[in-house]
Amino acid sequence: MEIRFYEKDKLLVFKISEEIDDYSVQKMRRSADYEIERYMPKKVIFDFDSVTFMDSAGIGFIIGRYKFANMLGAKLEVTNLTPSVQKIFDMSGILKLIPVTDLQESALR
Amino acid sequence: MKEHIDNEMNLEFISKSSNESFARITIAAFAAQLDPTIEELADIKTAVSEAVTNCIIHAYENRIGIVKMSAKLKENEVIIEISDHGKGIENIEMAKEPLYTTKPNLERSGMGFTIMESFMDNVEIESVVGLGTKITMSKKIKKEDEEEKNVEEMDLLQKIN
Repeated sequence: MEIRFYEKDKLLVFKISEEIDDYSVQKMRRSADYEIERYMPKKVIFDFDSVTFMDSAGIGFIIGRYKFANMLGAKLEVTNLTPSVQKIFDMSGILKLIPVTDLQESALR
Repeated sequence: MKEHIDNEMNLEFISKSSNESFARITIAAFAAQLDPTIEELADIKTAVSEAVTNCIIHAYENRIGIVKMSAKLKENEVIIEISDHGKGIENIEMAKEPLYTTKPNLERSGMGFTIMESFMDNVEIESVVGLGTKITMSKKIKKEDEEEKNVEEMDLLQKIN
């Protein structure tokens, strides 16, 4: 998971590149919560562009980070959902709660 | 016409969560013999990942136990069995309910069985409390319509010329 913080916008971006399952989320959860607490962003975005696999562990992971970010006053969004990721998220209904955003990181730099 | 392959495999591994990816990569390599689409293969991998995760975190609750996975190829169908000798499921109907989980503290979404059932053609759950659980699931790999494929190829050729 690649982490980028944009100071001006107080935006924290996590670019996930690992396969998302019960094994990988254990580490990602610790790392994401640590960074959110450290940077205290206004907005957190999870980028799924490089995700080649995700099972239901990804749903729990995103809901968990959504709650954690909210608790610290940050909004949470997701971006670049691949078709297989979209399929899993659609099934859970969490996209009614969590906005899907367009992210042009180059525009932020 | 593609010839029918009949094949069978058996695998046993211990209930470590790092084996979830091992199990789904193995099933993908095995099912690839039926020439599935990328989407069909992703569906099978996801269903297997859910079933194996259930064995590890629910059946054995992170103690070490044996997870068995076997698979058969019959004509254009893949039939997968995943079993454990863990604690078993008390109420199967409830376990199948979307968003129902006994482990919300582990951030489990309760979508495991829902995903298995919607990604596979058929899912059967047998479970005895104290003895273990066996999931049998199958999926037919749809043969691409040869005629449709030929038409597409002709269209493409015409565009190129």
